[in-house]
Amino acid sequence: MAALLEVKDLQVSVADREILHGLTLTVNEGEVHAIMGPNGSGKSTLSHVIAGKPGYEVTGGQILFKGEDLLEMEPNERAAKGVFLAFQYPVEIPGVATMNFLRTALNAQRKARGEDELSTPDFLKRVREVSGSLGIPQEMLKRGVNVGFSGGEKKRNEVLQMALFQPSLCILDEMDSGLDIDALRIASEGVNALRAPNRSMVVITHYQRLLDYIVPDVVHVMSKGKVVRSGGKELALELEANGYAQYQEAAA
Amino acid sequence: MAAVQETVDRVRQIDVDQYRYGFETLIESEKAPKGLSEDIVRFISAKKNEPDWMLQWRLEAYRRWLTMVEPTWARVDYPKIDFQDLYYYAAPKPKKTVGSLDEIDPEILKTYEKLGIPLREVAILEGVEPRPGEPDTPSRKIAVDAVFDSVSVATTFQAELKKAGVIFMPISEAIKHHPELVQKYLGSVVPTSDNFYATLNSAVFSDGSFVYVPPGVRCPMELSTYFRINERNTGQFERTLIIADKGSYVSYLEGCTAPQRDENQLHAAVVELVAMDDAEIKYSTVQNWYPGNSEGKGGIYNFVTKRGDCRGANSKISWTQVETGSAITWKYPSCILRGDNSRGEFYSIAISNGYQQVDSGTKMIHLGKNTSSRIISKGIAAGKSQNTYRGLVTAHRKATGARNFTACDSLLIGDQCGAHTVPYIEAKNASALFEHEATTSKISEDVLFYCIQRGLSQEEAVGLVVNGFVKDVLQQLPMEFAVEAQKLISISLEGSVG
Amino acid sequence: MNIAVAKPDKPDTASDNFAAVSARVPGAGKVADTRRQALDTFQRIGLPHRRIEDWKYTDLRALMREVLPLAAAPEATALARAETAAKLHAIDGVRRLVLVDGVLAPDLSDLAGLEAGLSIRSLSEALQAGDDRVLSLDTADPMVALNTALMTDGVVIEVADGTTLARPLHILHITSGGAPAAMFTRSRIALGNAAVATVVESYVAGEGASAYQVHDSAVISVGDHARLDYVRIVEDAPEAFNITSAAVSVGAHAHFNAFGITTGGLVSRYQAVVTVAGSHSEVQTNGVNLLNGKQHADTTLVMNHDVPHCASREGFRAVVDDRGHSVFQGRINVRQPAQQTDAKMMTRALLLSDEAEVDNKPELEIFADDVTCGHGAAVGALDDSLLFYLRARGLPQKEAEAMLIQAFVGEAIEAIADDNLRELVTAAAVRWLEARQ
Repeated sequence: MAALLEVKDLQVSVADREILHGLTLTVNEGEVHAIMGPNGSGKSTLSHVIAGKPGYEVTGGQILFKGEDLLEMEPNERAAKGVFLAFQYPVEIPGVATMNFLRTALNAQRKARGEDELSTPDFLKRVREVSGSLGIPQEMLKRGVNVGFSGGEKKRNEVLQMALFQPSLCILDEMDSGLDIDALRIASEGVNALRAPNRSMVVITHYQRLLDYIVPDVVHVMSKGKVVRSGGKELALELEANGYAQYQEAAA
Repeated sequence: MAAVQETVDRVRQIDVDQYRYGFETLIESEKAPKGLSEDIVRFISAKKNEPDWMLQWRLEAYRRWLTMVEPTWARVDYPKIDFQDLYYYAAPKPKKTVGSLDEIDPEILKTYEKLGIPLREVAILEGVEPRPGEPDTPSRKIAVDAVFDSVSVATTFQAELKKAGVIFMPISEAIKHHPELVQKYLGSVVPTSDNFYATLNSAVFSDGSFVYVPPGVRCPMELSTYFRINERNTGQFERTLIIADKGSYVSYLEGCTAPQRDENQLHAAVVELVAMDDAEIKYSTVQNWYPGNSEGKGGIYNFVTKRGDCRGANSKISWTQVETGSAITWKYPSCILRGDNSRGEFYSIAISNGYQQVDSGTKMIHLGKNTSSRIISKGIAAGKSQNTYRGLVTAHRKATGARNFTACDSLLIGDQCGAHTVPYIEAKNASALFEHEATTSKISEDVLFYCIQRGLSQEEAVGLVVNGFVKDVLQQLPMEFAVEAQKLISISLEGSVG
Repeated sequence: MNIAVAKPDKPDTASDNFAAVSARVPGAGKVADTRRQALDTFQRIGLPHRRIEDWKYTDLRALMREVLPLAAAPEATALARAETAAKLHAIDGVRRLVLVDGVLAPDLSDLAGLEAGLSIRSLSEALQAGDDRVLSLDTADPMVALNTALMTDGVVIEVADGTTLARPLHILHITSGGAPAAMFTRSRIALGNAAVATVVESYVAGEGASAYQVHDSAVISVGDHARLDYVRIVEDAPEAFNITSAAVSVGAHAHFNAFGITTGGLVSRYQAVVTVAGSHSEVQTNGVNLLNGKQHADTTLVMNHDVPHCASREGFRAVVDDRGHSVFQGRINVRQPAQQTDAKMMTRALLLSDEAEVDNKPELEIFADDVTCGHGAAVGALDDSLLFYLRARGLPQKEAEAMLIQAFVGEAIEAIADDNLRELVTAAAVRWLEARQ
């Protein structure tokens, strides 16, 4: 299997404080990786740096995506290449109707890839299909992006975009935060439906429970800015039983 | 219900008379002749045995003042002040040279006792005496500089402060003993040319407090000045200068009262604060000058210039004021946020009743990078009063990352008063983030009815709501002041309902 | 004839203009007296400067420097140029009233077949007839005084009681071109009781017009139970000046819904005083400034609540790029009888460049106790977290910015009731954004 994402010895600082201290991680095509770890271990920082969020300084190492240097690309270029970050806290954008946002984003990605823009009927058809399967009412798509959405609705809107944009790498940043069990199940089903041989996922979570729904191929434990252990899905269960304490000491 | 009960009790304890600091102390005093001239300026300077540079500084200010006109932009209305019909210097006639507290005129000591200001070095305790042998419960001390008319009559705890390296003394003394500090900082925040009243003050200021906190020192106690105007027809022009050197901290409290008199009296003070790198100054005021009687006769004209300069990086200046007194209040404690990452705060409660006119607010001038400021203003207008918040928030071209949050709320009690909000918000930098919100409302009838139905009188209910309204600001005051301020607020609003 | 009081070393344009205007529009009695007094007021104060509190942020002595000579009445070539411009800025489905170089051009206007209850006259007719209703603007302000002294023409629109106009009226100000000059215009829009009308007023330049000066004013009255929707579009030439003053009086149970957008002009100021004089009325005033280059645009609104049980909403948004300067001054006055007033004002500004400047002065003056009044002001750059979200979804920086800016101004534009006009204004905003890319 070919490597899709290669993070090599990545060092990242925020405001002169190093958060990631040489992190290495390889995700092959079609694999689902879980990254677990205590609060403050650098999980979200990793997801932000992969997506290109401003405010992080990469002081060492590299990130390759399909063999290309991801760090050289603008955030929108990364999106067009197939990097999708499902945000832990999706922002509300008042005044921008969700439908308008979806079409503009999709066409911007297609344009960047040299593809034709999707015609309005085709676009509407696709949105209807995807939103239907996720149980998202059309009414919600007329409102401003995430404005007035519940926590579950916001996460479903993220999954909707994932389904619409068909990225090759999905990073799910604490998708379970703020969701009750039903909302979690619906969102996870949406994600599982997108699992495919040519699509990889990185599931970032604090708790094992999300992994009951989205079963990973590989589990990594992060602590203090590094991957300290990797293993199969059983590692998650072990963590659930024993907690993170041993790793925090090990990393220190 | 505990909080409610506490308020009810407090309301019960309140004196019936509206202004309980209105008595007069009968002592002999020494005055300069009425009116203002170069000779008077020289007289004041001579009385203080000032060095020549100080006299020259005053004279320059006086000459400049002659060319200036009174500002008229504030929403206050008063008959023209005859600046030649005032005494510019009054001092209690000394029985002999004052060497210790025991030698102060007992009448003055009694005055301060009546006001509840301790001039004897007794620790002010929070409720109970500390048990002996328990070093963990340090008694709270407050060092007091008492200014009676034009001169400082006593400064307490000087020895202990000296041990910590803190200089706290009347500014008249500081001019003699620390001329290098005074010369360096006096007028560096409020220049002699600043405005009509500040310039007048520069020419004729008689006394005030001086504080210098050396690098790295956390001032071991609260410092406090208590101002008292006693003499008739006397202007009070005190000058306060506080310097917090690198990494130091000081909390300073200021209180003011005056006798009840039919004629108006002028108070034109200047306060300058300088905070160097990593230093913090917390300045609290409870202003309770005589507000005039219920027909609007008498009262203090309070024209005050207060300004803090956050000169160093990471410095912080916080103003907290409770303004209940004065017939006219014209004051805008401000912060110049010069140092990178410096912070300015302004917390204000301004209450007006009767015919009082308040025009007060702040200026937050963002010059350095990543500076932040916060303004919380609570105005309460009752009776026939006018209450104006006037504020400026400005970010200059190079003030990247400037942040301000402003909330000014006004409460109207009765339909004969006015509440006004005049904010100026100026951004010359794209990275500035300013948020401002203001509301004006009256006390909800529903809330009042709810309280009354639960057994409170109308007045108690209003007191309760008002206390809730001003809570955010009261919390900023040091403990002793907060209780005092809360009482004052209730007294100030007496007779405003029903 | 205009040697009058010209000082030897400093030509007195106001006096010269006054002489020229007097020759063109005689007027008599109260009209003449008022104009003479207004000229005196202006000459006493001169162009307003920053020491005049109301003009603190718009110093015309620095920005405008001088009043230009009065524009000549349009000749055939000017009218031809104006006709081209009029076609370019035509709005579908409206009754068009065209002012060329400050003078009503009947040939370019739709004056035929007026609906029953609608009357349209030129201002010069009204002035010559001694109609003093066009005078009711407070001339204490120097620019109102200047306009009052020199107003040459304009339209007087009267909608009779109970009349509903099916077609919106479009007052189109065109500066035809040629040497820069000043125009002094005034319009009066009067809606009778229970009348309903939509009026759009726009300012454009013909080819070649550049540093001209528009000095406009409006006297607007909305009768009891009446409704006026008013949209103002300033698309003047990039070097032009536009100083407009308005006085609006709103009756009982009435609606006044105003919207203004400024994308054109070098220096512009719109100063309006809206007085709610009858109970149970609602006033909405919204506006958008989209500025770049060295543009300076000032919106100054005074909202007077004199009577109880009325509501007003003011929403103002500015987007400022380059070295643009946007000013918003809003004052809500609630007088003692105006109990139960519900007045709110919100101003928000987006700064897109480090050299852009925004000044806000939202004031409240409250003399009644049983009221709910508030204002808010926010100034800032585009929200980084929103920008990142959009970019993470594939939008390039400029597109992401454009989307957020359009949403930002769109919330104000929403307030326009007429679908057609709302689209027109949206299109103007989009044009501005596209020009930015």
